[in-house]
Amino acid sequence: MNTHETELATYNFAYLDEQTKRMIRRAILKAIAIPGYQVPFASREMPMPYGWGTGGVQVTAAVIGPEDTLKVIDQGADDTTNAVSIRAFFQKVANVAVTTKTREATVIQTRHRIPEEQLTEGQVLVYQVPIPEPLRFLEPRETETRKMHALEEYGLMHVKLYEDIARNGHIATTYAYPVKVEGRYVMDPSPIPKFDNPKMHMSEALQLFGAGREKRIYAIPPHTKVVSLDFEDHPFEVQKFAKPCALCGAHGVYLDEVILDDKGGRMFVCSDTDFCEERREAGHVGELGVANKEAAE
Amino acid sequence: MLLHTEALEGGFASPVLGAQATFRALLDAMARPGTIRTAGGDAAPPHPLSIAQGAVALTLTDHDTPVWLSPALAHETVKGWVGFHTGAEIVASSAHARFVFLAAGEAIPDLHGFAPGSQDYPDRSATLVIELPALSGGPEFVARGPGIKDSTKIALQGLPADFLRRWAANRAFFPLGLDIVFTAGSDLMALPRSTDLQALGG
Repeated sequence: MNTHETELATYNFAYLDEQTKRMIRRAILKAIAIPGYQVPFASREMPMPYGWGTGGVQVTAAVIGPEDTLKVIDQGADDTTNAVSIRAFFQKVANVAVTTKTREATVIQTRHRIPEEQLTEGQVLVYQVPIPEPLRFLEPRETETRKMHALEEYGLMHVKLYEDIARNGHIATTYAYPVKVEGRYVMDPSPIPKFDNPKMHMSEALQLFGAGREKRIYAIPPHTKVVSLDFEDHPFEVQKFAKPCALCGAHGVYLDEVILDDKGGRMFVCSDTDFCEERREAGHVGELGVANKEAAE
Repeated sequence: MLLHTEALEGGFASPVLGAQATFRALLDAMARPGTIRTAGGDAAPPHPLSIAQGAVALTLTDHDTPVWLSPALAHETVKGWVGFHTGAEIVASSAHARFVFLAAGEAIPDLHGFAPGSQDYPDRSATLVIELPALSGGPEFVARGPGIKDSTKIALQGLPADFLRRWAANRAFFPLGLDIVFTAGSDLMALPRSTDLQALGG
């Protein structure tokens, strides 16, 4: 079934067969009903290696329809290998419209970032997740971590954060920072910088998480409490940057370090390329940026 | 067994796109409890299965999901239709069902009779698909919980008088519990186990 009726043989719409989609769809609905709980699913082999977003791709394939507009980002960027190839994949197998503009997208698949622009109702954010189990590095046995979630036994996670403080004087976890969803399940938000954690709290958009190798799907419905774990005397804090983006001059956004030469030269630029480009088009210029032509002329 | 021919008709004309559209309606409904969505596709299931119930069955059930049909639905035509179009096994024991379908006007059985999942796997619970006369215009309840900004009012028609008490018992079971999709004609509204219901003013 595809819109190209002239082609003799083609993939099913969105690549996956219908039985697989039903299985994933059932898992997604249960995941939404139990926010933060990791639903096991029968992850399929995808035409890309594990670690390249097979979980996110399967979730996107089960959700996406012909009316959707897809945006794919990798660490905030629309133009890196992972983002480009996944976008091309869905153009090919689902013939969907694609965009790099956050506000035009209905489905956004992301690797390790949440867009700077606030997401709205009707948007679905699909995260690619490498290790869905937040307790995995503390307890390697699945049988045990499952029991810990069932009993809401999360003391070990607080011990880990406490040890951070004891060694470093502050909580040194900077990405994949554990959160508690709706006061019940402790969840791994995927390796997004902790800078993005507050954006998950009471988000307007539906957030879905897919881990292909680990075969788990979980979700945060819109308007759901997502609290980063912390202590009264060591409250959760996000990264702060000394300088604004070198290209667009934006404050209060997540910045990537870019090495400029072999003499220690470097600059910090927005990790969200769409956000940065839009600001530069609007005439904002950072200290290393070049004013756009129209504005300059 | 002689199948009625109506059991063979009434699937989605386009199974892929019909299922996708219905899933998006369900996804939206489940993510935003209290909102009414319309099932996609053009399912035409045999009476008394409603259009939305038929669409949900076509979208989510298959040989992996035992289905329990209420007494009013469990006749040869509906069984044949579900079997032919989805391949789902119709089970006699409600406790083994992953999907449960109830026709309009039928008494909602004791919710404890359906699988609530387990502490380790709360996702292995039943989803109830219950047909009502209408999804609005009934007695008002206030709903709160994930997916709902502050609170929202729902006004389902045709619920039993003790539904609030029974739902509170289901809610207290969290993270275990049943999820319900209420349907009326081609419309649907979801009530996931995470939603808290109170009488208006209560």
